[in-house]
Amino acid sequence: MEIRSRGIRKSIVSERHYRDRTSILVGEHFWQGDIAIAEGAIAADCRFFAGYPITPASEIAERMSLRLPFIGGVYIQLEDELASMAAILGASWTGTKAMTATSGPGLSLMLENFGLGIMTETPCVIVNVQRGSPSTGLPTFFGQADMMQARWGSHGDYEVIALAPSSAQECFDFTITAFNLSEKYRLPVFILTDGLVGHMTEKVVVPSPSEIKVFGRRKTKKPPQEYLPYEPEADLVPQMANFGEGYRLHTTGLTHDERGYPDMTIGTQDRLIRRLMNKIRQNADDIIIVEEKDIEDADVVVVSYGVTSRVVPSAVEKAKRDGIKIGQLRLITVWPFPEKRISELSEKVKAWVVPEINLGQIVREVERSVGKRSKVALVSHAGGDVHDPEDIYKVIKEVIQ
Amino acid sequence: MKQRCSIRISGFGGQGIVLSGYIVGKAASLHDKKNSAFTQSYGPEARGGACSACVVIEEGKISYPLVKNADFLIVLSKEGYEKYSDKVTAEGLTFVDSDLVSGALVDNQKVFGIPATRLAESMGKKIVANIIMLGFFTAVTGVISKEAMIESIKTSVKKSFIDINLKAFARGCEHAATIRGQE
Repeated sequence: MEIRSRGIRKSIVSERHYRDRTSILVGEHFWQGDIAIAEGAIAADCRFFAGYPITPASEIAERMSLRLPFIGGVYIQLEDELASMAAILGASWTGTKAMTATSGPGLSLMLENFGLGIMTETPCVIVNVQRGSPSTGLPTFFGQADMMQARWGSHGDYEVIALAPSSAQECFDFTITAFNLSEKYRLPVFILTDGLVGHMTEKVVVPSPSEIKVFGRRKTKKPPQEYLPYEPEADLVPQMANFGEGYRLHTTGLTHDERGYPDMTIGTQDRLIRRLMNKIRQNADDIIIVEEKDIEDADVVVVSYGVTSRVVPSAVEKAKRDGIKIGQLRLITVWPFPEKRISELSEKVKAWVVPEINLGQIVREVERSVGKRSKVALVSHAGGDVHDPEDIYKVIKEVIQ
Repeated sequence: MKQRCSIRISGFGGQGIVLSGYIVGKAASLHDKKNSAFTQSYGPEARGGACSACVVIEEGKISYPLVKNADFLIVLSKEGYEKYSDKVTAEGLTFVDSDLVSGALVDNQKVFGIPATRLAESMGKKIVANIIMLGFFTAVTGVISKEAMIESIKTSVKKSFIDINLKAFARGCEHAATIRGQE
């Protein structure tokens, strides 16, 4: 079943039969990355979307506006990104899985309320379809320069989770993973894709609902009189109750105690911030997903993420033909960063090559993890296109000599 | 067919360039059961100017999804021809609307011509020129199966336009037969 992305009004008519279908469109489709993200969200039970259109993320909002009304969900286009982010936090506290989607300029506006989501431990998903930046940059071209914005863009000290899909299929799959992680660890989770992946159309296979693992809300089983909204479980994550279910609930961006009430003392600040950080740090092994290829006995390893991972293989193949022992490590979760794994590998790996469509962001994380044990080389690109595989190949040759 | 094959379609925004790319990509991916990646113009050129759509088709997983030099170039405007005619591989084939692309030297060896827009006008619907072109391209190259293209067209255009588009596709295929006859 296909919907053309043009002519919204006409499409709504052709969408009517969704009422009679299950919400998950099982089968093979030829979808844009953006559409696959929307469908992945729906497959993960997302039923609320608030957003403000922006190239190259608008198709996600468009798809959600066509789909959600017919499957018991709500779609709102809001006046701006500040309101959109606030709306998905509010929706999440009603027990509804919620998402918003934007690009760099919009994400800049969302980040204040992203911090509120971190502090209130609100599960939701934020999609950033990156374009050339800074500012309004290159609206119809792509980039990968918001990696550190996602990591540190809101004020304060916190940990984040971000996934970087590189194909339409991964847009579908990783969106489900993003929702699962956000529910499990109770925080807003980023999908950091880019305009090329978002706008590229490829085959997407949607499995049957029984094959899709969906992590539900961590609802409390305690009776209202025993429940404390911010009392952590063993993995440091507290259980949730929805507003309006008879639980005494209070949530705030101010430093709060286990009851959720403001308690602006040094002791409470220390306990809260350490728990918010540690719920990610201590569970990093459970969260981090990397894809490794030919990594054993590699002298050089190319670290990449997102769309850049699709350019790396041709450079690596060429280097292999020259007899270079070369492996690939792909970051599926860019955050938390797999520092432990890269540090381990640095005992043997002689050099690291990091191509990214920015002038050096993730390369610093690689350098930090490697220390002085091996060489690290960046292959930069200012944005608007992917690397020429030849440029990556040249750097591989240079570092190994 | 090679392991990997790339197709670029170019013309004015509004000639159905993006839809053509979508139809080719979907035919290869869903109906011929290969893999394909379809990318398109998103700038102002998608609404006029030299618009382009690219499709990469591979038996296996597609790593690099973009097209630099295309194995097959399909052009429906002079501007598109001027912009992309040199971005074709050494063995590459070019398909032009012979009325609209005046600069192209049609030899039916490397450069194939079809008066697609004129044929479409004779069918009473100028807008199906792109589908006539796809029929011609499919019949000459066999990169995608005719059956797959027909299925893809059926699910990509509005219901009331399926018939005229399938007729246009058949018209393009027929024209390829006349060229073979000449040889």
